[in-house]
Amino acid sequence: MGHVFYLLLRRLRAPFLTIIVIYSISTLGFVLIPGVDDQGNPWHMDFFHAFYFVSFMGSTIGFGEIPYPFTAAQRAWTMVMIYATVIGWLYSIGKILSLFQDPSFNRLMRRTTFARRVRRISDPFYLVCGFGYTGKRLVSRLDEQGIQLVVIDIDPLAIDELEAHSLGLAVPGLCGDAADPDTLNIAGIRRKNCMGVIALTNDDHTNLAVSIDSKLVNPDRLVISRSQSAANTANLASFGTDYIIDPFETFAQHLVKSIREPYKHNVSDLVINPHHKVWASPYQDTSGRWIVCGYGRFGRALDKIFRRHEIPTTFIEIDPTLRGAPEGTVLGMGTEEETLRQAKIESATGIVAGTPDDADNLSIILTARQIRPDIITVARQNLSSNKPMFRAAAVNLIMEPVRIIADEIFIRINTPLLMDFLECLQARDEQWARELLIQVGEVVEDQPLDAWSFEVDAVQCPAIVDCLGRGKAVMLDHLCRDPRNRENPLPAVVLLLKRGSTRTLLPDPHTEILAGDEILVCGKHRAEGSMKWITGNYNVLRYIRTGVEAPGGLVWQWLSAKREKPPAARQ
Amino acid sequence: MNAEKVVFAFFILLALTFNFGFFLGDIDNPEHHHVYELYAALVVSLIATVMKFGDRTHMGAVLLATSLVADLQLILAAVVWAAAVNFTETGMDPEMMASIVSLSGGALVANFTSVVLLILETMMVRH
Repeated sequence: MGHVFYLLLRRLRAPFLTIIVIYSISTLGFVLIPGVDDQGNPWHMDFFHAFYFVSFMGSTIGFGEIPYPFTAAQRAWTMVMIYATVIGWLYSIGKILSLFQDPSFNRLMRRTTFARRVRRISDPFYLVCGFGYTGKRLVSRLDEQGIQLVVIDIDPLAIDELEAHSLGLAVPGLCGDAADPDTLNIAGIRRKNCMGVIALTNDDHTNLAVSIDSKLVNPDRLVISRSQSAANTANLASFGTDYIIDPFETFAQHLVKSIREPYKHNVSDLVINPHHKVWASPYQDTSGRWIVCGYGRFGRALDKIFRRHEIPTTFIEIDPTLRGAPEGTVLGMGTEEETLRQAKIESATGIVAGTPDDADNLSIILTARQIRPDIITVARQNLSSNKPMFRAAAVNLIMEPVRIIADEIFIRINTPLLMDFLECLQARDEQWARELLIQVGEVVEDQPLDAWSFEVDAVQCPAIVDCLGRGKAVMLDHLCRDPRNRENPLPAVVLLLKRGSTRTLLPDPHTEILAGDEILVCGKHRAEGSMKWITGNYNVLRYIRTGVEAPGGLVWQWLSAKREKPPAARQ
Repeated sequence: MNAEKVVFAFFILLALTFNFGFFLGDIDNPEHHHVYELYAALVVSLIATVMKFGDRTHMGAVLLATSLVADLQLILAAVVWAAAVNFTETGMDPEMMASIVSLSGGALVANFTSVVLLILETMMVRH
């Protein structure tokens, strides 16, 4: 507030001085000019009456000549002073109004308001730098989970959009350069309740600056950064950035995994992306040669990782020498039949359309399909708004850098236990993943899968902690029972149990829960609420454990009877 | 030479001198204290105050405070004067005059403090 107040006062100096000078001259004039009273005697106005007269003359030019009719000299002075005061007021008011429209003043006002809003946040929050496509997706997903956020973006349009975005929580947004320490400062990077910093700007250097600043303030705090080059990735890693995402590298890994270990890939995609669509690859032969159109950042990342996994690849690139494409690269766009035939599309297993232009990518896919209707298609979708077109093209695997980055960051913040799960998954074989897919598929049917985690402590699971404190055992199976009728299972699967440093995948349902356990569950969204009920309500947990209805059962029975009816009616 | 400083020093010193001129004389004798001098002291003091608006330095803030004190005293003195002349049956009497002059005396102390601070600031800049 300080800055704005001082600026306001400073700008008000000239208008105030103008008014004071005009009023004092005017008042003095009325005191000095002789008048005549009602008896015709010479008379001088005193300061009190003079100031009274000037006050209403300046603002209303009304009320007439008081206390006695004016002489010609007094009238002349009044005339001059009417113009002087009116001009003085017009100037002053104009000056004040223009101050409120002044861009630099407005910027300062917005900064001040933003700083105040950040200061008022008492809950833990995350700072997101960059509100582009990725930022938008991440912010709305985290917001859905009730996680408080603060956003910085250099583009004023992005901040306008943030304000227009209907989010659940009030998200303070500031238009400013995230590389500027002062901006980061007022965005709360130095605050204790800032749980993590996420650098998502388009500029590697800015992301670097944000990450360094955060690590200097608090080395233990979570820092997630996007990176677009290998050099920058190495730099970020050197000072301990917790998680660095290169969208192209990440997707290249996804793609290889889906080619080599399709079931495991499906499992990880299932838990990461709620609207996961099972890719047909497990049922197709993916072992042959691939064609990749475009040798930019994405092409290079694919080249590196395909080489490591010894997957034969043919590249198509319009300027192979400039981009340093490997030998055997076919010259062209890939959008023409001729080029695709040169790349021997007839004998290829799949084609990856990886250019930075969505229209080109779609054209590549459609041309390739015309020659080989059964080819596996993978397309890079650059703009979120082009989603319907990619959907309509029925591409087998859509690579959307925006979605990849946002989802990866989201699970790291919302359910870090999922990362443990994915790590454990690596050690398992394809058969195991396949069985898990079937099991989860039976539970969630065709609805979106949700994953959530909780720790057995007094805050998140008061009922369980209470039970354990009385020496009564609670089993994992108890969590997966319908609180309304314990004979029915909840549509949920316990994926992982973390106890200290031991992690158990798909733990036995009869495992007893101990205080301090971390549990990862996936299932239908509605199961999450029921499970929270079990872990948080002592009566519900007792019913699940013993089958005995809780005291105060009248209300309870009425409720459960009411809740049981609708499903019955549906059947 | 800083024009802003010159103008401010001029006004703050002028406020002091006007006020001193008004203050001089027997405290309860209306003939020794002229209303024009009080008026000049008040106007000049107001101008000096506005000139310190928005000064973010520590000295600037203190100077703003002292001249606000002077304004307050002088405005009170002017109000008492107007009340004595216009609202009472007797008009200006020695008792009223004494309270007006003592109020202006308070303003004089504030003006004097401002000038001392100004001199101190100037000396600190020189060294």
